[in-house]
Amino acid sequence: MSDAGNQTTTGTGAWTRPLWAGLRSWDAAVLLGLVLVVLVGSAAVDGAGTPRFWRFVILEIIPIGLIALPMTLVIITGEIDLSVASVLGLTCTAFGQMWAWGVDSLPLLILVCLALGAVLGAVNGLFVTGFGLPSLAVTIGTLALYRGLASVVLGNRAVADYPPAWTLGSIRAIPGTTIPWAVLVLAALAIGFGVLLHATPIGRGVYAMGNNADAARFSGIAIRRTKFWIFVVTGVMSALAGVFWTLRFASARADNGTGLELAVVAAVLLGGVSIFGGRGGLVGVVAAVALLATLRNTLQLAYVPANTLTIITGSLLIISVVAPYVAGMIRARLRRHRPVSTTTPSAG
Amino acid sequence: MMSPPPSPSGPPPSTALRAEPDSPARPAAGARVVRRALVVREVGIVAALVLLVAVTATVNPRFLSAQSVKDLLLGSTILAILAVGQTIVVVSRNVDLSVGSVLGLAAFATGSLFVASPDLPIPVVLLAGVGLGAVCGAVNGALIAAARVPALVVTLGTLYVFRGLDYTWATGRQINAADMPPAFLRLGTRTILGLPVLTMFAIVVLVAAGLYLRWYSSGRELYAIGSNPDAAHLAGIPVGRRVFGAFVASGALAGLAGVLYAARFGTLDANAGLGFELNVIAAVVVGGVAIFGGSGSVYGAAIGAVLLVTIGSALPVLGVNPFWQRAAVGVLILAAIGLDRALSARLARRLRGGSGGV
Repeated sequence: MSDAGNQTTTGTGAWTRPLWAGLRSWDAAVLLGLVLVVLVGSAAVDGAGTPRFWRFVILEIIPIGLIALPMTLVIITGEIDLSVASVLGLTCTAFGQMWAWGVDSLPLLILVCLALGAVLGAVNGLFVTGFGLPSLAVTIGTLALYRGLASVVLGNRAVADYPPAWTLGSIRAIPGTTIPWAVLVLAALAIGFGVLLHATPIGRGVYAMGNNADAARFSGIAIRRTKFWIFVVTGVMSALAGVFWTLRFASARADNGTGLELAVVAAVLLGGVSIFGGRGGLVGVVAAVALLATLRNTLQLAYVPANTLTIITGSLLIISVVAPYVAGMIRARLRRHRPVSTTTPSAG
Repeated sequence: MMSPPPSPSGPPPSTALRAEPDSPARPAAGARVVRRALVVREVGIVAALVLLVAVTATVNPRFLSAQSVKDLLLGSTILAILAVGQTIVVVSRNVDLSVGSVLGLAAFATGSLFVASPDLPIPVVLLAGVGLGAVCGAVNGALIAAARVPALVVTLGTLYVFRGLDYTWATGRQINAADMPPAFLRLGTRTILGLPVLTMFAIVVLVAAGLYLRWYSSGRELYAIGSNPDAAHLAGIPVGRRVFGAFVASGALAGLAGVLYAARFGTLDANAGLGFELNVIAAVVVGGVAIFGGSGSVYGAAIGAVLLVTIGSALPVLGVNPFWQRAAVGVLILAAIGLDRALSARLARRLRGGSGGV
């Protein structure tokens, strides 16, 4: 999907112009979609585009974004991690259970949760890189395993009696705005991941192993070690999302975030990352996460039923893979017809 | 608990459940090694199931009572049918994540048909459900085969689209058992000679799919496509048409599962089958079907489905907290793919050893 939308570079404001040059056109298409949703939504839908609206959009973006960042790396290396929502659920559970046991130091709780996420990610990484097993199957296994462990610990109980300073603190606004401060953490991490992926040898290696594992190995890239650490980082980020989830909803339940893995994968793929690995980038992914959250909240304010958004999400995902193919086919046909001497009919 | 090593001295199995795609160049001895390793895999999962049932029945003999066995079979039926459909897709190196949504759509369609016209003959409703599923499968198959886009992405998309259509159609309504004819609901509970009628559907589906994949050239071609799509194409196999057919089959079976779901549970809303897709893939993987295609059988997948359901009902009998079920399923998946890996590594070594390796 590298060159699907060359036609989308129509002027949408001077501020975007310096960005265009470095952007692949799919990123541009997703960004354009985001801008359109914001503009049309603010103009046509009562309540959209207000500070309060953005507050809810951003609260929704934070956990999905936290997981989508490392998931982008995972998918670009040609792997997948479906266990992320279960890691989130197990982290929520650990947080709640430790609090119920009387651990009342927030830094300690967060530290233990992140360490737990690292261990869970390392288990995935070990199975995938150590034993050479397909990540799709491994992480479907750990999806069940981690969620199962969470429900063994908490059962159907919920731990919800946290100090208000913690729960309100997690969603406190940046002074003078309605924007939750936690988005700054997400932004910093997004920049960090962006630099890592797009400006370091490690990032080049991530693309290389996704494009051609053999060639990457021959050029001396430590494929297994890199993939292992990406799985570990994915576990840590999912755990961070779990901590945020627990505090934001002031509730630790074993089933927190069930099904979130497919929403994250959908956002990453819609952001232009190829499921086969080797292609895509963080700009598109961040734009896609924002696009989906904004669209969802705008449509809710417009009294469009939630199921319509489900349909739109699915359709966007399908279009994101079919559109480049159709565009390529049209271009190929145009090219074939350009020489006057062409006599062979252009089949399929 | 399910890793009997392949015995090098055992007699060649007379009923190989599946074999490698036909390749005339392969020496017969090599083919025998391959076939034996794959049978070992299926014997392994049957052994695991037998062991689980034996241990549970020792702890509580009522686990093998007629009622309890009937519940087990009924519980496995829907998952097994979905697993058969998923296997057909997975051996061709694809995946169908939309099956849970297709099941939900077909189940709600079944209920709606009966609400609209209660006198409709059951076979008509059955066909309608299967047909609806086949149409959904055809949408998947057309996108995947014609536009050559990855099945994972397309079916993740249609997972949302079909579920969204289901929600839109249901608009929060619920269809109750009272809305459906008693004859249809009896289908969900009746047994003939101790065998639930629903399970008979599953067995017919299983045997038909098993025979098709084993003996029909188009069935063998699915394995060839899964082993190496490019080679399959060069060998003249109509890859697109076969993959399309596999998705139509998977959709139709999900539609059938939806009708049976309606008969079994009687209460339907738009959430029927929500999240089933990962259970189905778990059953397929546990059953020894390679997630990247080319290997595995519908029998293995169906036994995998039965094993997953049996774990769920055995744990409480064994005095284990039922919340352990999901964790146990996870461990089982990891064990199964680990075993597959070990077996295939061993197999590769033997085949490399030349034809004298037997």
